Amino acid sequence: MNQTAVPFVDTHCPYCSLQCGMRLRGLPSGAALPVEVVERPDFPVNRGALCGKGHSAAAVLAPGTRLTTPLVRDAKGGPLREATWDEALDRAAAALAGTGERYGRDAVGVFGGGALTNEKAYLLGKFARVALRTANIDYNGRFCMSSAAAAHRNAFGLDRGLPFPLADVARTGCVILVGSNLADTMPPAVRYIREMQENGGSLVVVDPRRTRTADLADLHLAPAPGTDLALALGLLHLVIADGHVDAAFVASRTSGWEAARAAAMAHWPERVEAITGVPVAGLRRAVELFTAAGSGMILTARGPEQQSKGVDTVGAWINLCLATGRAGRPLSGYGCLTGQGNGQGGREHGQKADQLPGYRSISDPAARAHVAEVWGVDAGDLPGPGVSAYELLDSLGTEGGVRTLLLMGSNPVVSAPNARQVTSRIEALDTLIVCDVVLSETAALADVVLPSAQWAEETGTMTNLEGRVILRRAAVAPAGQARTDLHILHDLASRLGHEKGFPADPEEAFTELRAASAGGQADYSGIDYARIAAEDGVFWPCPAGEDDAPHPGTPRLFLDRFATPDGRARFADVSHRPAGEEPDAEYPLYLTTGRVLAQYQSGAQTRRTPELNRAAPGAFVELHPRLAERLGVVEGEALALTSRRGRATAPARITTGIRPDTVFMPFHWPGESRANSLTNDALDPQSRMPEFKVCAVRVERAVRVERAAPSGTDSTPGAGSALPEATR
Amino acid sequence: MTAAARRIAVVGAGMAAARLAQQVLAQAPPGTLELTLYGHEPHAPYNRALLAGVLDGRYPPEALTLPTGGATVRTGTEVTGVDTTAHTLRTASGETLPYDTLVLATGANPVLPPIRNLHTAPLGPAPAPHGRAAAPLGRRPSPPPSPWAAGPPPRGGTGGQGGGPSRSRPTGTPPAQPPTPADAHEGPAHPRTAAPHADLKQGVHPFRTLSDCTRLAEATATLRAKLPTTPRAIVIGGGILGVSATRALTALGIPTELIHQAPQLMERHLDEQAGTTVRRALESMGAAVYTDNRARALLGDEAVTGVELANGHALTCDLVVLACGVRPRTGLAGAAGIEVRRGIVIDDTLATSAPDVYAIGDCTEHRGEIHGVTGPAWAQADTLAARLSGKDPNATYTGAHSTARLTAGALEIAAFGEVTDAAGDALRLADGTRGAYGSYKKLVMRGDRLVGAILVGDLAAIGELTRTYERGEPLPPRPLDLLAPLPEGAAL
Repeated sequence: MNQTAVPFVDTHCPYCSLQCGMRLRGLPSGAALPVEVVERPDFPVNRGALCGKGHSAAAVLAPGTRLTTPLVRDAKGGPLREATWDEALDRAAAALAGTGERYGRDAVGVFGGGALTNEKAYLLGKFARVALRTANIDYNGRFCMSSAAAAHRNAFGLDRGLPFPLADVARTGCVILVGSNLADTMPPAVRYIREMQENGGSLVVVDPRRTRTADLADLHLAPAPGTDLALALGLLHLVIADGHVDAAFVASRTSGWEAARAAAMAHWPERVEAITGVPVAGLRRAVELFTAAGSGMILTARGPEQQSKGVDTVGAWINLCLATGRAGRPLSGYGCLTGQGNGQGGREHGQKADQLPGYRSISDPAARAHVAEVWGVDAGDLPGPGVSAYELLDSLGTEGGVRTLLLMGSNPVVSAPNARQVTSRIEALDTLIVCDVVLSETAALADVVLPSAQWAEETGTMTNLEGRVILRRAAVAPAGQARTDLHILHDLASRLGHEKGFPADPEEAFTELRAASAGGQADYSGIDYARIAAEDGVFWPCPAGEDDAPHPGTPRLFLDRFATPDGRARFADVSHRPAGEEPDAEYPLYLTTGRVLAQYQSGAQTRRTPELNRAAPGAFVELHPRLAERLGVVEGEALALTSRRGRATAPARITTGIRPDTVFMPFHWPGESRANSLTNDALDPQSRMPEFKVCAVRVERAVRVERAAPSGTDSTPGAGSALPEATR
Repeated sequence: MTAAARRIAVVGAGMAAARLAQQVLAQAPPGTLELTLYGHEPHAPYNRALLAGVLDGRYPPEALTLPTGGATVRTGTEVTGVDTTAHTLRTASGETLPYDTLVLATGANPVLPPIRNLHTAPLGPAPAPHGRAAAPLGRRPSPPPSPWAAGPPPRGGTGGQGGGPSRSRPTGTPPAQPPTPADAHEGPAHPRTAAPHADLKQGVHPFRTLSDCTRLAEATATLRAKLPTTPRAIVIGGGILGVSATRALTALGIPTELIHQAPQLMERHLDEQAGTTVRRALESMGAAVYTDNRARALLGDEAVTGVELANGHALTCDLVVLACGVRPRTGLAGAAGIEVRRGIVIDDTLATSAPDVYAIGDCTEHRGEIHGVTGPAWAQADTLAARLSGKDPNATYTGAHSTARLTAGALEIAAFGEVTDAAGDALRLADGTRGAYGSYKKLVMRGDRLVGAILVGDLAAIGELTRTYERGEPLPPRPLDLLAPLPEGAAL
């Protein structure tokens, strides 16, 4: 189906939170792909640059790669077979309604994703609260930036990834990049780092690995996994000791300094050296670089965030900004490099267990009343807060847990921690309904698979890491029978008795979202599709202005006051504590996990892109030569990693760029090389973020063993595995 | 079933006590515990590891305050007795207070070296052990009737690290000086004095507490204003503390001489070559160092005017700083009938010989070991916190590795384990061009294990070495590889 609406369509990349501008050019009928990706040099974030993932984005549109027909499974253990939309939707709606009637509404769950457009995230939340009336909705953003979101709100009273446009990075004096490998995960952002360095600024990278990003750094600090909280406290200690506290800023624009200072005094440099392994000289140098310039930024990513103390760790880095007056001022501040494409917008509009649209709290009576009015329901009928993503997944198929799950745009069989456990929970569901573009490892377990339209086939807004609301536009019609997610929600809602209120048209959905968000923190009410197009995106908050004086949007936050009740930023009172699981005699090494340049998240799209798969065909285990020598392992040899939760195998990749006490494994692959079979489901007490970034493992040379009774995707071959069959 | 909050009394408000309080209250369910610290010092708990930084002006004294997690902290409160049967403790002001759980975190006292004329009053003969039930904990202040013995004499040599043989000052000395202003902020009506060093000759300073430190800083400032020339200081003791004090005084522009009895500096932690590197570093900072020298007597009547060495030489000075190590403060425990050897004896659960009484920190002896450093003290505090808070009621402390670690201006020193050549095969690397004072590194190996190491001047490998040592990892075939900073480019 190669239908090209117009020769060129300006849109954005389907992958990460930069949401790089790109242009799609329609190709003639008969071409292998319906469109090709070309430059869009006028969009400010990436100024035309794209990484390999963006360049090759159109490959997932190829016929045969993606789902084009609904699938149903007639019996547990049986194969998936093709079905009509009516049959599949009837089956899904019957399961959603039947489970609710039989076991109570909260026995129905909804699991969303950070790649969904704002419109989808909004209507998915509304679908859960209004059509299903379940409290149990959450999404994979919990696994992404929830710790930074919580720390943001604790400190600033507001959570937006970056409080400034990304381009400001080029003009700041120093950037401390904590646990981000942006050179691999968002390559077009590197230009701002380089410009910053060319302008005389310096880059400090904190990462247990010498990543491609660390190679760019003026100073690389390599703390042991799970110790960056101590590192941040140690740097704050030196800031105090060396007289770099901006006392006027602390006095006039912050609160909570005394407790934060006392905590820092308990983390003196020599102690921090003992905890982190980073020599005191390195701590000193970092403080010199950060305080020498008149401005500075600290940017965190998944490293500090995906820990069972992620909120505290991010809070400690924010403290460093606050103590030095590097927040709430031009060219300075703390920011989170959000991961997923709509990680930002996805958390603002109601697919999070405790939130309603506009970043409102579902526990706040005023917020409930406002949203209920927009939705035309009684506020008393709205459910309360549900449980977080991992807790939701861990409850599947259990007594009192969720028995029927609607899953949209997520692949937890690969991306959730302790994935063997999660997989077995998913298998215990009465009914799993998956809306996805491809037959992901999770979709392959579903009872009903609803084929979704994807990025170039549908229109909708996304909110990038800067809080910039941008517009993706459809360039081609959905392939085969695929329908947009909005269309699917509309169809399901209708079957559940809600003919109205679930518009399939994205602009209509956005209009309702604007009204629902009005007056909330993430206020979109002044934003419309026309403005987004005319202004290269609009930064929220953007309340509705007068016709002759529209609100300009808010590219830079906090310059006058922070969004707390008293306008002051709050220091976090935090102390270092160990990871949920530290190495011991039985599991003597740290495992840390992450991403590679040519793959994205659970790999559902990128593993189906030949160009990317050639570049990164399978998982691997990074280890230091001394560890390799001790284990008697050579380059490329198959290694088996074992944790208390599972086992994974992948070939050795020996590099001096990693600590000898740590191994690294990327998490994009399923089956035997699934890193998340190993990771720990210890949760942060506030954000409920699982501890992806540190757990204890044992590493051995892999011995080929026949696995007894393989189950689910555990039996899928490992590196470079074949994709699951549609019918098996 | 609503149980009343359990009352945990902690005698002492030093680093171990603060850590315990912060950890217990962070982990315990809210409202289940009432935790009170009783500290005889006038200050809230502070970070003793940073005192040299107060002396050289890097930290204002109030910046050293440690978090205590919201515990009740009673400063200036001397606990004078414990009744382990009745579960009560008694304070100097006459209060009797009940506890459910008692934690002794009484810390350590500075060791006073056997030097003539150290005190303003001549020493009397040592009386028989005091018959009173309670020995006070106060270094300063404490009520006059109390003896101020630091506990039984140490067995098998000193608990100190730098000063050679020392002795416990005899008990029963009457108060000799009126209270200093810092002491007079509250407390009983009788004169307060008789802390172990309250009657030291004017100009003689121990270097253990924040008050010691601020008094020393004030004394240097006063002397500077009073004297026509820059005041001169002598530091007695060349362990970590003495080296640190010498560096800090030198940084203040005070001409400083260090007298050390052993043939080299920091001989408990370093080998001869490392000691020499440290000595050269101090000398290039402007200090004079006399090793293999013992101070025999202080000179001067009212105030100290100099130090006479055992070899007959006399050095003139206006200030003397005593840095001769510390010894566990066990008097209170001993008087309460709790088992004390060199320190208060504890088992792997941090329990003493008395029911519901635990002990942590510098005052303890665990498996025959006493420590005077923060690492093991905090490891003990963390273990006890896990037990008392209920987070891990079965947590145990089986000992902790301790690294001697000193940052003295631009001079960085780290050492652990066995460092003499006799301990095993040694690998040495010295580089006179590295860092401000050159670098020296030594690995000591037995078989394929690292049993000790020294790093002076370049600590890039510290994380790698301590992990290899503490986890007992086998050495790589080329042990020198351990000294390469890792990952490449990670350190400086």
